[in-house]
Amino acid sequence: MKTLSPPPGKPFDRLVIAVEADVFRSRQAVGRAMDRLGARVIRRTRLVTAVSEIFRNGLVYGGGAEVVITLDEADRMVWVDCTDQGPGIADLELAMKDGYTTGKGLGRGLGGAKRLVEHFEIHSVLGEGTQVRLAGRA
Amino acid sequence: MPVPHIHKILDTQRDSLLREWASTQAEEGLIRKDLFTEAEAKAQIETLYDPLAKGVAASVDQDFLDPDDDVWEDLRAALAEVTRERTKRGVSTGDMATFVLALKYPLFERLRASVTDTNGTVLMEAIAQFTRLIDSVALYCTEICIAERDKIIQRQHDEMMELATPVVELWDRIVAVPLVGTLDSMRAQEVMESTLSAIVEKKADIVIIDITGVMTVDTQVAQHLIRTAAAVRLMGAEAIISGISPRIAQTMVQLGVDTGEIRTRGSLRMALADAFRQLDTDVVIRSVRGN
Ligand SMILES: Nc1ncnc2c1ncn2[C@@H]1O[C@H](COP(=O)(O)OP(=O)(O)O)[C@@H](O)[C@H]1O
Ligand SMILES: [Mg+2]
Repeated sequence: MKTLSPPPGKPFDRLVIAVEADVFRSRQAVGRAMDRLGARVIRRTRLVTAVSEIFRNGLVYGGGAEVVITLDEADRMVWVDCTDQGPGIADLELAMKDGYTTGKGLGRGLGGAKRLVEHFEIHSVLGEGTQVRLAGRA
Repeated sequence: MPVPHIHKILDTQRDSLLREWASTQAEEGLIRKDLFTEAEAKAQIETLYDPLAKGVAASVDQDFLDPDDDVWEDLRAALAEVTRERTKRGVSTGDMATFVLALKYPLFERLRASVTDTNGTVLMEAIAQFTRLIDSVALYCTEICIAERDKIIQRQHDEMMELATPVVELWDRIVAVPLVGTLDSMRAQEVMESTLSAIVEKKADIVIIDITGVMTVDTQVAQHLIRTAAAVRLMGAEAIISGISPRIAQTMVQLGVDTGEIRTRGSLRMALADAFRQLDTDVVIRSVRGN
């Protein structure tokens, strides 16, 4: 899988998601990054909710993930990269569709996350893993 | 003959060593005046010093400080007690290890002054042995600290779990479940169970699940709420979800979560008014004005 070029800004935090509590811990870190930029509550909530979806997917489907949070103070953006080395996604377009799930979820995590943020990109290679990059403006 | 030197110093210079140990700690900010009185800190230092000196005395014959030896049993016991006490009061693991390690330097100074063998091997040996001993003691201390903390965390977790899902009887046949914090899978299961059993116990017709205190509602939380509401309905009661703030409402819409048949209300107050209306309960509120 190719490595994404680093997002603009400076590193804020780096976390590993291995159990459910890590999902909460990591999304709290994203919330702190938004606080650092003085984000309004609604914007903070949007990004935190979006990453909550992506982090949980990384845990549930990816078998664990690594999270990198980058703070772009000039542009007032928080960038979040979530990378896993799971099975990957065969059909990205299908996975993004609302209501599509291979698990027991609502199937609205990916589509919902995309609608909640300023920037959303997903890369996936079968047998190698999945990378999601999100960014929210404060 | 390194150990007899250490023994002699510990034995004859107890008071000045204790004083210096305490002051080294004060300098490093390790005497937490906010957590301990000075007298308590001093007592703790003595509690550790005496069994340490005793262990060294017992090692004089073999002239070797073996960290795995039984002679440190009393020291370990004292350490466990002091560590537990300090952890309970909120001293950090790192501070606790530094607290023990701080004994090295006053002792080294005295060794340097009193061990005057020509090529320095005895001094080196004494310092090496004492270092190994104190390091292993500090490590032991860290282990106890971590174990204590784990226990505290587990206890707090248990307490929070109990506290997290109270079911409140608001009125005849109306119960409320105020949710606070994060709703992980385990808690979600608990909420479901306590809600359903409250319907039976309190003969409730209406269950108000209040999410004012839930900071993040993602699709998983939404799914739990939808499931719980469906289960409530299966039991012949009705669920109202209240406390959906504008920002939560907005994110739920963007997630595309469909709450379908579930009744939702902005506040607990509105949900309660709704419940009264449905159960045909008239509540007359008279304000009594005093003079
Ligand atoms: N990191 C991932 N690795 C592998 N598959 C994934 C990953 N993230 C999402 N998917 C797939 O995409 C589907 C849709 O995800 P999502 O929209 O979050 O809905 P849900 O989590 O409710 O299934 C999942 O069911 C899963 O099959
Ligand atoms: Mg999902």
